[in-house]
Amino acid sequence: MLNSRQKRELLRQMYTIRAFEEKAEQLYTLGKIHGTMHLSIGMEASAVGAIAALRPDDLILSTHRGHGHCIAKGADLKLMMAEFMGKETGYCRGRGGSMHIADVEGGNLGANGVVGGGIPIAVGVGLSLKMQKRDQIILCFFGDGAANLGPFHEALNMAAIWKLPVVYVCENNQYAMSFSVKKAFAIERISDRAAAYGMPGVTVDGNDLMAVYQAVSQAVKRARAGEGPTLIENVTYRWRGHSKSDANRYRTREEIEAWKQKCPIKRFRTQLIEEGVLTEEEADQIEQEAYATIDAAVAFAEASPEPTLETIEEGVYV
Amino acid sequence: MRELSYAEAIREALRQEMQRDERVFIIGEDVGVYGGAFGVTLGLVEEFGEERVIDTPISELGIAGAITGAALTGMRPVGEIMFMDFITLASEQLVNQAAKIRFMFGGKAKVPFVLRTPAGSGTGAAAQHSQSLENWFVHIPGLKVVMPSTPYDVKGLLLASIRDDNPIIFIEHKLLYKVKGAVPEEPYTIPLGTAEVKREGRDLTIVATSIMVKRSLEAAEQLAHEDIEVEVVDPRTLKPLDEETIIRSVMKTGRVLIVHEACKTGGYGGELAAIIAGSEAFDYLDAPIVRLAGRDIPIPYNRDLEYHAVPQVENIVEAARQLARGEV
Ligand SMILES: Cc1ncc(C[n+]2csc(CCOP(=O)(O)OP(=O)(O)O)c2C)c(N)n1
Ligand SMILES: [Mg+2]
Repeated sequence: MLNSRQKRELLRQMYTIRAFEEKAEQLYTLGKIHGTMHLSIGMEASAVGAIAALRPDDLILSTHRGHGHCIAKGADLKLMMAEFMGKETGYCRGRGGSMHIADVEGGNLGANGVVGGGIPIAVGVGLSLKMQKRDQIILCFFGDGAANLGPFHEALNMAAIWKLPVVYVCENNQYAMSFSVKKAFAIERISDRAAAYGMPGVTVDGNDLMAVYQAVSQAVKRARAGEGPTLIENVTYRWRGHSKSDANRYRTREEIEAWKQKCPIKRFRTQLIEEGVLTEEEADQIEQEAYATIDAAVAFAEASPEPTLETIEEGVYV
Repeated sequence: MRELSYAEAIREALRQEMQRDERVFIIGEDVGVYGGAFGVTLGLVEEFGEERVIDTPISELGIAGAITGAALTGMRPVGEIMFMDFITLASEQLVNQAAKIRFMFGGKAKVPFVLRTPAGSGTGAAAQHSQSLENWFVHIPGLKVVMPSTPYDVKGLLLASIRDDNPIIFIEHKLLYKVKGAVPEEPYTIPLGTAEVKREGRDLTIVATSIMVKRSLEAAEQLAHEDIEVEVVDPRTLKPLDEETIIRSVMKTGRVLIVHEACKTGGYGGELAAIIAGSEAFDYLDAPIVRLAGRDIPIPYNRDLEYHAVPQVENIVEAARQLARGEV
């Protein structure tokens, strides 16, 4: 069970993710960040609740919508923001950007530009952890859309037959770009697929941080005990467009508004206040502090140097 | 003549061919209401319905299989892979199945599909959304590879490709989608395997593909002020290749610079160089054949590094100038 201090910390993480992404969006609009960007605003409980169930030395694999995963795993916001601005001081020396951010030392084995790209890698990581008798586990995030790629099926089967220490977390945010899960699946729950591989499958309210935390904790326990993988489906919703090129033609304003009423941050905050974990004022303070840390990260990133042209061919090989 | 963007020209070709031939349909990720990641198919689902403009799950191998199977049994599908990088996921059905079916079956079947996909860097999307993988497919007997560089060409080549009875990898460029040019309203075809001299010149030949044709033409414009007259040849289809037009141009100028965006090592430029060196143009060469291509690195995210990862106009100017002045 989580104590009060831990719960306050999780609220802080959710606010930090929200603040980071709002700022990143703003900087993108100003042209200070280029390329593309996939925001997870509205999905914070999925990232924070899942990672809260891990030990600090456990590993994660993330997705193109991975800012939340990265922050919840303990990334340094300065190095993250510097990466977004393509600076030499960034996590990937400005080579990766938002969609490829990795914090290998911190146990984040990388976001991924290829949908589902991390799902088979998780098999290899799980296998390696098992072979080396390390008692860490790997938690692999992916979207609803990723569950329809062939590699998903190959990987989950392999993880299951070898009882690998993997937790698969599907962030079902109702859409893969414009394609709704209602059209993309002939089944009700993505977690039903777990049965086909012989592993437990659980669907949870992905906007309920405690529900996510509890489901993932169970799966982590199982994985660490050598009992094999679990497939967890966090049902949630992305508030923003798919990326910066999305005109939202495939969904209604009403639908988006209805989901905004289910804000995972507000929900957890209210819960904590009701439980007496903190007061309104303390919650406000946590929120304000989160926004302030982002400003410091932006200042660091803006003051950082660009990579130099002489280094352009570095780093392809060891 | 009326002007259309490259993207509009593709859309017009798709619309006209779907009106003309009921067997033609579109299939890919987010090709319906979303209109594709670059808006190329916008409006087509409204006109032709969800039965002929089919949104798929994120299943690239499935898309490749669907067009292969449908083509094998009487349809003429036009598939779309959202970014060329993800064609790697589709490659089994393309390389082992679609490309080989006709030959393996002793000529008793055909697989007439087009698989459209955008390649290229310059959008800040980094290493997994920026590749130019054309040569992977040039290497496979049974596939044709088309790489148009202008709105006019893209319409005529797409119509010719849809009417062709072979599986075709049709490679577009993201940075070309908004480029405008004259495009006739009526349907027309450009035969596959016909190169075009995009600009005439006496001093050297540039053979360039896709967006590098545009950059080479800009470079040629600048070099004209230095009294260097560059001839720019666009193969337009990499396979089949119109060797004759290229060889004739090299025999005329005696110098050749090959420019493409894909990484240099293993790129199409090596093939072109070998073809030229092995042809009657060899005796006419006054200088070594020069290749200017993408660096052998994944495309970096940083704006400046990304810019310098592939040939730009100034690099082409520089390379062409050296070659023309006999400094190579
Ligand atoms: C293999 C592959 N196909 C297509 C894409 C283009 N693309 C990027 S994100 C995306 C939708 C992903 O949906 P989902 O897995 O549900 O994640 P979400 O974006 O909803 O978080 C698509 C189609 C890609 N990056 N990789
Ligand atoms: Mg999704």
